This record gives sequence, structure tokens and C-alpha cells, in this order.
Amino acid sequence: MDNKKNTVDEVISCRHLNKIYQTGDVRTQVLYDISFSIKRGEFVAITGPSGSGKSTIMHIIGALDSPSDGSYFLDGQDVSQLSDDELAEIRKNKIGFVFQSFNLLKRSTVLRNVLLPLVYAETPLQQRESLAIKALQAAGLGEDRWHHLSNQLSGGQMQRVAIARALVNNPAIILADEPTGNLDTKTGEIVLETFRRLNKEEGHTIILITHEADVAKHADRIIYIKDGRLVD
Amino acid sequence: MLADLYSETIAAVTANKARSGLTILGIVIGIASVISLIAIGQGTQDSVKSSIQSIGSNLIMVMPGANRSAGVSGGMGSAQSLKLSDIEALKKQVVGIKAIAPEISKRYQVVAGSNNTNTSIVGTSVDYQQIRSLTLDSGNFFTTADVTGTRKVAVIGPTTRDDLFGEDADPIGKTIKINNINFKVIGLTKSKGGSGTSTQDDQISIPYTVAQKYFTNNQYVSTISISAESEEILTSVQEQVSTVLLSEHGKTEDTADFRIMNQADIVSAASSIAETLTMLLAAIAGISLVVGGIGIMNMMLTNVTERTKEIGLRKAIGAKKSDISNQFLAEAITLTFLGGLIGIALGAVIAWGVSQFASLETSVSWSSILLAFGVSAGIGIIFGYYPARRASKLNPIDALRYE
Repeated sequence: MDNKKNTVDEVISCRHLNKIYQTGDVRTQVLYDISFSIKRGEFVAITGPSGSGKSTIMHIIGALDSPSDGSYFLDGQDVSQLSDDELAEIRKNKIGFVFQSFNLLKRSTVLRNVLLPLVYAETPLQQRESLAIKALQAAGLGEDRWHHLSNQLSGGQMQRVAIARALVNNPAIILADEPTGNLDTKTGEIVLETFRRLNKEEGHTIILITHEADVAKHADRIIYIKDGRLVD
Repeated sequence: MLADLYSETIAAVTANKARSGLTILGIVIGIASVISLIAIGQGTQDSVKSSIQSIGSNLIMVMPGANRSAGVSGGMGSAQSLKLSDIEALKKQVVGIKAIAPEISKRYQVVAGSNNTNTSIVGTSVDYQQIRSLTLDSGNFFTTADVTGTRKVAVIGPTTRDDLFGEDADPIGKTIKINNINFKVIGLTKSKGGSGTSTQDDQISIPYTVAQKYFTNNQYVSTISISAESEEILTSVQEQVSTVLLSEHGKTEDTADFRIMNQADIVSAASSIAETLTMLLAAIAGISLVVGGIGIMNMMLTNVTERTKEIGLRKAIGAKKSDISNQFLAEAITLTFLGGLIGIALGAVIAWGVSQFASLETSVSWSSILLAFGVSAGIGIIFGYYPARRASKLNPIDALRYE
């Protein structure tokens, strides 16, 4: 019955997710029976205090980790029981990550950073630059910065490079993990504004993971987690 | 895609030039020493071979065995057992002899005017010239008439000429005193090169009849030199010579009073010594390659740790395990390959320097270059594998969190 709910407009569908870490004899359950879905084109924030399990949810929906139990459909595909390399394939094609600490390659140019996912996607060489430029324009980074080395940029610019990198492969979801955590309030606002615009104007599905209520309120819908459980 | 791997690798290797350079140095030194030592060894081997070959062609030498009296051996060649009559017997009974000559060897002080030298005097026959492939620079070799007429004529080598008359002097027609007996120089041989005490460049050849009459006063000879008609029958001739001499001397194989050596045996014995030496040198140099490889592994491990976060990011954006391990393996191989290239160049320069300044022949062979390339690439794979595997097995979540 659950499976029938995976209609095309549901880009993410989680059903009864549990996550248990076992280290030796110590068994820690961090997620309890989590079920939610996200529609295509939504702008959702997943929020909660630190230690609530939101990072674990982020890892599962980001195909970096698998649930101990339950099912997770991403873009119509069951990704709850895949091997490491199959998960890599999912991340490559369907997910764009934006991290708190940007994670850019320091000695590479902005353009080179943005087209890195296309290298693993084996996009033909001649298409890469135009795709990267399109993504940089969408992320709102001025053309004068494109050939700079990434460590010559300000924090806000770096995060926009990271957003462009997340966009470049036209993924099903963009997963932003505390994207404003390393930025001052004003720059953070600009970055959040960028997400909002990408969602409203370009129709990207955006999932924002944050512990700050101020940041979470930029989203259209908030999924609140506390002690590994969904709170309504 | 290879182009991607290439550009990633170049970027990574050039990111820390000093460290890459120092790591490469280990491989450079290793490969350079392998290349240059093999070149020197090979060169020595070649020169040993050619100097033995210059003695003559398809040569068989018969020498007296050890002189045994009451169980005490006087050592090889100390006995007097070969006679001139043996040569006549061999000429008659052995098939395949092209030329045969006795050698009565002695060392004497030789005087010409105010110069003197101590050199080897060889009393022999006309065939000797052919057997030992002697060519004349000026004058002539002695003739059968000189031998039968017991004429005191001498053919001298270029080194002897230098010692007695000075370099580039014309010795033909001059008189030399060997053991206070006057000889007329009638020929000067061309230089054959070679080294050691056995060089034919420092030697005086005289008719054996003269040597017998004035120096030994007996029928014995020091050596019988035989030239076989071809290389194929060398062994057969050698066996025949042995059989004939055993029956002439009334001995069996166990009591033989002579030894037979052929040139092929000498060449292979000498070159196997040189070859063993070459291998030994190369093996020692190989140890430094292993040390260099460990340096590469060490650097790659540091690299993996330093770039943990980068590895996490690459995995997050879709790099598979094989993508990551290929990247680090390619870096290691690039480093060793680069080291190999520089090492080959350096090794060739060292080999060239040795041949220029140490008058030692060297030859850098293609096989040693290919070997060096293969070995350096192999070291990259072997010592790059573990770090690359370690990188590829990193958990992306932990790697992304790594500070």
C-alpha cells in the first residue's frame, strides 16, 4: 500500500525508517519509525536540536548511508538496500550536496570545482563548461570570479560556487546541510535567498538541514525532529 | 575518462612540488644506479669478450698439465709434456685442423740501444700469424725459410716497439738483443687492444727453431695452438686432439698430462664472471629502488590523510571506490614513472661519464631501459596500491567530517 504512494510527484518517500548503530555491545537507536515524503518542487527544511538525528536523516536521504530498517524511495527508486557503489551512482545522478564548510578543491578554479561532478558523470568534455557556466549563473556568481582559485573567494561566494556545483548535474534534489553555518547573518540571507529563487524560478527541489529556526523558516514546510522521532 | 584522470593527476602531483620532487628522488637514484651499473657491467663484459676473441679465431690451446712428483702438484702448465713431435702427430691424425703452431714462451730482458724492457718471447711457426689473427703494421712475418734456416729474426708488438724504440718509430731492420743474442726486427704487428699481461701487443715472436736452439735446448713446447676449420667442428677437433695426444703419451683420461681449452670455453667462463658481477651490482642498485618505493608509499599515505575531506567530497558527488583508487594509483605511478624517466637520463649520463673519464667501456642497452621503465611502473603499482585502497575505502560521512 505504501509503495503505491510513490507517484511521480513524490521525489522523496520515507516509510518507517529506523537507524540503529551497533558498536560492540552498545546498541544506539538514533531514528524511530520516521515516515515522510517530499514532493517535487518543494522547499523543505528538516530541523531539530543537535543530536536529534537530523544528520542521520540527511545521510540517508543523501544516499550516504542506509537505514537499518524501513524503505526509502528517491525519484521512484528504492535506495534503502544498495551497495556502496550503487549509492555512489545515486548520488552522482540524483543528488546535489551543499555543505556547511563548502568543501571546494582549494587549488582549483571556480569553474573546475563546478564541473567536478560532470567528470564522474562522464559528461562529454565539450558540454562541461557550458553546463558549469549555466549553473554558476543560476547560483548568482559573477563572471569575473569564474577563473579565480576557490580559496581566493569570500565565504558567501564559496557557498554559491558550492551551490553551482550541486546544480550542475540537474539533480532530483538539492540537499543543503547547514549551508549558512559558516556565514554571517547577512551573507547567510543572500545564500538562502539564492535557494529560494532556485526553488521558485527554476523549480528545484530543495531540502535544507538546519538547527536554526530562523534559517528553517525560509522554507515552505518544516519537518521537525526531536530525539529521533518526527514531531508534528 | 583518461583525460580527466590525467589532468587530476598532474594537478595533484604539481600541487606540492617540493614533496613530489623529494619523493621522486629515491626512484631517480635507484633507476639511475641500475642503469649505470648495468651499463658498466655490460661494457666490461663486451670488452672481456672482444679481448678474448682477439686472441684468434676458433682457437684450441693445448697446455701441459701439472707437474706431479711424489704427490706435490707444481700447478697447471708446470710440466714439460708437450713435444714438437706431438704437433706432427696431430697434423697427420686430426681432421679439421686449419693451422697448428707450437709456442715456446719465455720472458727475457730485451735491449735495443739504450732502452730495455722485460717482455714475453714466443718461439713459434709461420702458422702462428694465422691462428692468432696477427696483422702487420709494417714489415713481414717470418717465413718457413726463416724457421728451417734458424734465422734470428723477430716480429714485435706495438707496445714492445714503444718501449724499445719510442712511439711511432720504425723498428724494421733494427737490431734487438734478447738474452744477449742479436735479433733483426723484420715485422711490427698492429695493435689488437685487450688488456692484462697476456696482451699480444707486448710480445716478440721468433721462429721456434731459434728459441729451441738458443733458449731452451730441448724438444718441449709451452703451448700448442690450433685453429679449427670452423666453429661447428671446434668440439670435434678438440676431442680428436685429446685422443691423439693420450695415445701418443700413453696415458688415459685420468692420468692426462695436458689440458685442452677452446676459445668458446674461455669466452663463456670470462663472460659468466662478468655477468654475475653485473647482476650483483644491479641487485644492490635494486635495493635502493625498493627504498624509493617505500618513500612513494609514505608520501601517498600522507597524501590520503591530508586529502580525506576531498575524498569525502568526491564520494559525495558520485565517485565510486574505483574512481578514488584509480586516482591515487595514477598519482603514484606518475611519480615513479617520472622518477624512472629522470633516472634513465641520469644513469645514461653517468655511464657516459664513466666511459669518458675512467676509460671503461659502457653500453646502455635497450633492455635495461625497458627493465627500468617496467620496474618503476611496477613500484608505482605495488607501493601505490595500499594507499589507494585505503583512500577508496574511506566512509564518505566520516571523511566529510574529518578536520
